[in-house]
Amino acid sequence: MWIDRIVELIPRERLVAVKNVSLAEGHLHDHFAAGGGRGALPIMPASLIIEGMAQAAGILVGHAEGFRENVILAKVSLAELDADAGPGDALRYTAVLRQFDGAGASTEGTVERRLPQGGWEPIGRIDLMFSHVGAERAGPGAPAGNFVFGESFKTLLRLSGF
Amino acid sequence: MGTCMTRDEIFAKVRTVLVDALAVDEDEVTPSAVLTRDLGAESIDFLDVVFRLEQAFGFKIAQGELFPDNVQQDSRYVKDGRVTPQGIAALKERLPHADFAVLERDPQVAKVGEIFTVDSVVRFVERKLGK
Repeated sequence: MWIDRIVELIPRERLVAVKNVSLAEGHLHDHFAAGGGRGALPIMPASLIIEGMAQAAGILVGHAEGFRENVILAKVSLAELDADAGPGDALRYTAVLRQFDGAGASTEGTVERRLPQGGWEPIGRIDLMFSHVGAERAGPGAPAGNFVFGESFKTLLRLSGF
Repeated sequence: MGTCMTRDEIFAKVRTVLVDALAVDEDEVTPSAVLTRDLGAESIDFLDVVFRLEQAFGFKIAQGELFPDNVQQDSRYVKDGRVTPQGIAALKERLPHADFAVLERDPQVAKVGEIFTVDSVVRFVERKLGK
């Protein structure tokens, strides 16, 4: 999972989740490794920050219908990040449900980084669209049941008290 | 709201919706531009356009009202990869705003997306606003 805890969930409205960035995460050793005469620069890849928002927003969308629908990330409408996040940083994702219908949903999101002295500073915006993919649209060979919200999502929800 | 909007005002709002949803330039959004072929719309973009139109004009669009769902899989409309005359007639009745000239010349099912021009979206909005 690319979020560590859900700290707020207002059904069909908004979800807030936090992610702690740690040097124990293997990808930070490669992104970016030392080379070319400069030292290592461990920063969280922007694509994984987008994935974190997709998980936060996806849970908000899935929760709206009791996780009966497969909720698939279908479009990154906007992704703007003004600052990096590295080891020791905490990120806070706030996803707001903008629109929702049988076919899918759109969300607007803000990404914040914890300040050393406390409090949070905004570092970006990520707006997403999700498709609802039921059995009839998933096509032949798709797994039965809900293939999006598996055990790791359930564990996250349970540990977050939801 | 909206009932006193002129066609130019509707077009301007539709153009903003399409610029935002499809990441195209304003001058690409001409009345005859086809959403798929000319503006690069893919399937999820149609839902994005629906959501943005709802917000821009303050009305609700039912599923299948502006763009049809799953025509390709519908055996009532499609036979051997082509939309049947009955299929075209049914689609025309369901989607009176769309432009069927292309599909009538070449009823390949892959052409169904081409019935939606910028002008057809403007016509849809006009009908919704009761003009």
